[in-house]
Amino acid sequence: MDIAIIVGLDVVSGIASLVLISAGLAVIFGMMKIINLAHGEFLMLGAYATVLSVSAGVNIWIAMLVIAPVFVGLVGVIVERCLIRFLYGRLVDSMLATWGLSLVIVGGTTMIFGNTIVGVSSPLGGFQVGAYQSSLYTPFLALMALLLMTAVFVVMRYTRAGLIARAVMQNPDMAATLGVNPARVYMATFGIGAAMSGLAGGLLAPIAGVVPTMGAAFIAKAFITVVGGGTSILWGLISASGLFGFINQIAAFLTTPVFGEVILFIAAVILIRMLPTGISGRFFKGRL
Amino acid sequence: MHQLNGMTGALIGSAIVAIAILTAPLYVDLFQIMQLTVFAAMAVLALSLGFIWGYGGILCFGQTSFFGLGAYAYAVAAINFGDSTPAIALAILIPVIFAALLGYFMIYGGISDVYLGVITLTVSLILFNLVNSTAGDFYKIGDARLGGFNGIPGVPTFNLPGNSGYILSPEQAWMVTGIALILVYLGLRVLIASSFGRIIIAIRENETRAALLGYDPRIYKLITFMIGGAIAGFAGALYVNWGAFVSPTIFALGLSAQIIIWVIIGGRGTLIGPVIGCLLLQWLVTEIGAQQALDANFILGAILIVFVLLVPKGIAPTLRDLVMARLARDKPMTADTTTVKVKT
Repeated sequence: MDIAIIVGLDVVSGIASLVLISAGLAVIFGMMKIINLAHGEFLMLGAYATVLSVSAGVNIWIAMLVIAPVFVGLVGVIVERCLIRFLYGRLVDSMLATWGLSLVIVGGTTMIFGNTIVGVSSPLGGFQVGAYQSSLYTPFLALMALLLMTAVFVVMRYTRAGLIARAVMQNPDMAATLGVNPARVYMATFGIGAAMSGLAGGLLAPIAGVVPTMGAAFIAKAFITVVGGGTSILWGLISASGLFGFINQIAAFLTTPVFGEVILFIAAVILIRMLPTGISGRFFKGRL
Repeated sequence: MHQLNGMTGALIGSAIVAIAILTAPLYVDLFQIMQLTVFAAMAVLALSLGFIWGYGGILCFGQTSFFGLGAYAYAVAAINFGDSTPAIALAILIPVIFAALLGYFMIYGGISDVYLGVITLTVSLILFNLVNSTAGDFYKIGDARLGGFNGIPGVPTFNLPGNSGYILSPEQAWMVTGIALILVYLGLRVLIASSFGRIIIAIRENETRAALLGYDPRIYKLITFMIGGAIAGFAGALYVNWGAFVSPTIFALGLSAQIIIWVIIGGRGTLIGPVIGCLLLQWLVTEIGAQQALDANFILGAILIVFVLLVPKGIAPTLRDLVMARLARDKPMTADTTTVKVKT
């Protein structure tokens, strides 16, 4: 019974971390149809922002929940203004440019901070399930994932900004004729997507080793989740995270975490063969 | 006629380069020969992506998957057989099978370029993690221990086919690698000039039109993808032969990015471009490695961004266009007739 609770917690935490690490990527992909290959580096920048703020004496909650997303969001806006906006309409080139950016950020961070692991300690304690010990941080991550998804839903569904975002998502040309400036929407999208990645990076800082190359450890899962989910930001992300998080954790429990990732990937490739536009391309077409 | 002239040029150029390769040990010292050997092995890898991306229109971000699989297949087979000939065959065969499986799911699934790029990249990331985790006695194939993060040291290098006692010297290995590069280049030139090559270019230009003309784009793209896998796997064997060592870093993100950069700066839609791009970048990375101030990734990323923004066609096509424009200005008559020909 205890083991069932622990595995259940693992599955919940697996799904929640997939939602968190993929959300920023999914927003940018859903709106702009490009995959931001510098996504892992945005996570890393969020983690660094948190670690550096904490070591400068800032409260860890403010560092994780405010400083990391704001900082990376600003980076995102700058990147969009200086790089991405010159490549609209050239999907592949904009992906390549973000790849170049990813190398620049990794290289730059290595030059500044060196290739050593830094970190902060996890702010919450643990709790006991029978003979097993688990960290309170896990349910906290799940709560954050839930809050993030609720926020995305509320903004997209009930605010004017969300309405404009949905219009641009469905048909940028039509939105432009109605007086919306898609370029500005894309700028905001990139900034918000980056901020979400920064938030995820901040939240990961206490449980992951923070190094310049840490992004590579997360992007494989984030890519699979977003590709499997398709272009619908909310339902695509939730359904793919749910499915893949479940498969990944169960497979990892039965074998090893690495084989769990392999099995996750195989499942995703089979899914893509059947649903080439992702889960949301088939079941949640035109929804959020 | 024009095609034939191009082919003759390629043959003459290749013959000159081949002579240079065979005589190089006479006037280049051993250290540089070793360095040139790894450059040539990487150039074969560059050709594999230059072919499938530039001609087949397949955006593969994870060409290192096939390169790495070829390298590991060669290492494991060479250790078990003690003879390099069947090991090279396996280094080609295993990536081809993997490319066939992966390509079937992606190409027959009909996914977009963006998805294909991301999935191929993800494959290389996962292979990296997978091979990295194979430390310990449990993970061995025959006599070869996979060694996880530490890789496989002491891999037998190339021997004379049929005589496993005769190991090639570094100079001979250089000649084999250099000539292999030329042969792969010429083979791809012939393939592109063949009807298969024409069809894959037609598919790259307009998939629907090619399909309406009766060519199934999926099978042609799959075969292109598999050929790319075969060449990358072969490059992997050449690479292991150079260092007698293979480790999981062969699958790492940095190398995937480098292959893309070689092809981008050299030029998509040419074969010589990726080779030039590869040699230039390899040389540059070696130079960067000699100093401490600047990180290689930083420079590579900046180069990629600059080329995507400012020289999206790459060096070889841009130079060709410049030369063509110069020629056209010198001989206006010829230029006029060419334009008319193109339009009709």
